[in-house]
Amino acid sequence: MMNVRQVIRGARLAAVLVAALAIAACAKNEAENSQGAAGAMAVPGSQQDFLVNVGDRVWFETDSSELSAKSRDTLDKQAQWLQRYNRYTFTIEGHADERGTREYNLALGARRAATVRDYLISRGIAANRMRTISYGKERPVATCDDISCWSQNRRAVTVLDASS
Amino acid sequence: MTILPTLDFALTRRRALALGAAAGGLALSPRYAGAVVRLDVTQGNIQPMPIALPDFVGAGQEGEVAHNVTAVITNNLRRSGLFAPIDPAAYVEKIVNPDAVPRFADWRVINAQALVTGRMTRQNDGRLRAEFRLWDVFAGQQLSGQQYFTTPDNWRRVAHIISDAIYERLTGEKGYFDSRIVFVDETGPKQRRIKRLALMDQDGANVRYLTRGDDLVLTPRFNPTTQEITYMSYGQGSPRVYLLNIETGQREIVGNFPGMTFAPRFSPDGQRVIMSLQQGGNSNLFVMDLRSKATTRLTDTAAIDTSPSYSPDGARICFESDRGGSQQIYIMAANGGPAQRISFGQGLYSTPVWSPRGDYIAFTRQANNLFGIGIMKPDGSGERVLTEGFHNEGPTFAPNGRVIMFFRDPGVGPNLFTVDVTGRNEQKVPTPSYASDPAWSPLLS
Repeated sequence: MMNVRQVIRGARLAAVLVAALAIAACAKNEAENSQGAAGAMAVPGSQQDFLVNVGDRVWFETDSSELSAKSRDTLDKQAQWLQRYNRYTFTIEGHADERGTREYNLALGARRAATVRDYLISRGIAANRMRTISYGKERPVATCDDISCWSQNRRAVTVLDASS
Repeated sequence: MTILPTLDFALTRRRALALGAAAGGLALSPRYAGAVVRLDVTQGNIQPMPIALPDFVGAGQEGEVAHNVTAVITNNLRRSGLFAPIDPAAYVEKIVNPDAVPRFADWRVINAQALVTGRMTRQNDGRLRAEFRLWDVFAGQQLSGQQYFTTPDNWRRVAHIISDAIYERLTGEKGYFDSRIVFVDETGPKQRRIKRLALMDQDGANVRYLTRGDDLVLTPRFNPTTQEITYMSYGQGSPRVYLLNIETGQREIVGNFPGMTFAPRFSPDGQRVIMSLQQGGNSNLFVMDLRSKATTRLTDTAAIDTSPSYSPDGARICFESDRGGSQQIYIMAANGGPAQRISFGQGLYSTPVWSPRGDYIAFTRQANNLFGIGIMKPDGSGERVLTEGFHNEGPTFAPNGRVIMFFRDPGVGPNLFTVDVTGRNEQKVPTPSYASDPAWSPLLS
């Protein structure tokens, strides 16, 4: 019991440290590759490691669920990492930008999530480790009304389950 | 008027008030005798009919409710775009006894074509009595008159029912004022909107929240026959289609499907729910019988089939599909089978909704980065875009098929609007916060 608590406390401290270092790195020099700086500090196999050293998301063209070469690259890295740290289960979230009708975008988000799911399965990740969910256009990350925002919102995000 | 047994109040209509010209011993001028005032709403360009609506007479303590009822009726008729209520400051005659024949000359002089008089009285049993008479000013005769008895808290519904009676008598078409809207109330930042199901009268009054905002809720629709709505919610993990009883608050998941269910609508008889089921990257249409729970697959494509809508007779379904490469509108028989594409204009066509009158299908159209609301006939002809911009979506028909409500989100947040099927008379619908996904109920009575 004691041990478990200590581990949790330690993990929290590590997370806080990583966050603090990441902020420091950004503040120090924005031009510097802050992702690399923070990544160096991320505990291998941690969620932070996955976020900064692998990349949790891929992006899509308008009204498309096709994977670009860059997206396949990211998903290859995700597959390698997930194979190495196979204790993780995860959810693939499919999203759409706001330039579509609500119900179609729900289906489009599901189609994008399914594309990522199928790709990860083809790279040897067990289907029972993953579930998919579509948020359609309901959860944008960027909320300006121009192309730069829309392109960030057309995404599929691999979210590691916190409990795994 | 039929009384809905499920309503939590009793609203009863009594005899039509028979006063008429004869009772007043009016000498009708032959010039007006046969010419009963009537608004021709089949024309595209309608000149709103000037109508006078002096405050109903409030007997005893009922002065305020009499004024409020008159205000609701006036607002309804004005918002319809078919009537031009005359400024009360111009009225010559003050109505003190609504049983007496008005001095028509006093109303002709201010160019009123129709005149509405009425009275609110509290009965000895505590109930409210509402009476109204509709007069043809130029013919000098009563066109209709009714009285109603109800509990005092129902004064708004009485006002809507009287509005419908006036609208029907003067246009020859069914009204739509005694109806409600279910919609999604939106608050909070765009990245994490809090969405609640809400219910209101068609004029924006009496807003009532049906969910608390803990779960993301989308696309509510009324059961045409009961106090029930169907909607989509992210309640328990996977997004699912739910049923919610408005009166009891009881809710249940519709069916037990292996993927996301969304885009639910009731069949016209209220016995079935049609919806999309997502499996992998595909979404297909299924229908579930609510009593037997039997589920039937209606489409089987490697595409996105969604946003279904039954024809009023329940025989056909229109829906959107990208089976041909882009979102377009298709029609098939209610039991599935081959589907026929009906949209062939420029751009993407989605969210088809069949008019309660059966004459039109309303849709959202995306073209040139604009989102328009339009209508077309069920055979795809007669397409007309009613409004266009960024970003209009999700049409729903008023019970009489003459007015369409939709939401418009220029980026910051959505609001509700109405527009006539003619494309005229666009009006914002007042809501407490941002609002989207409106669905219009059938007439309540």
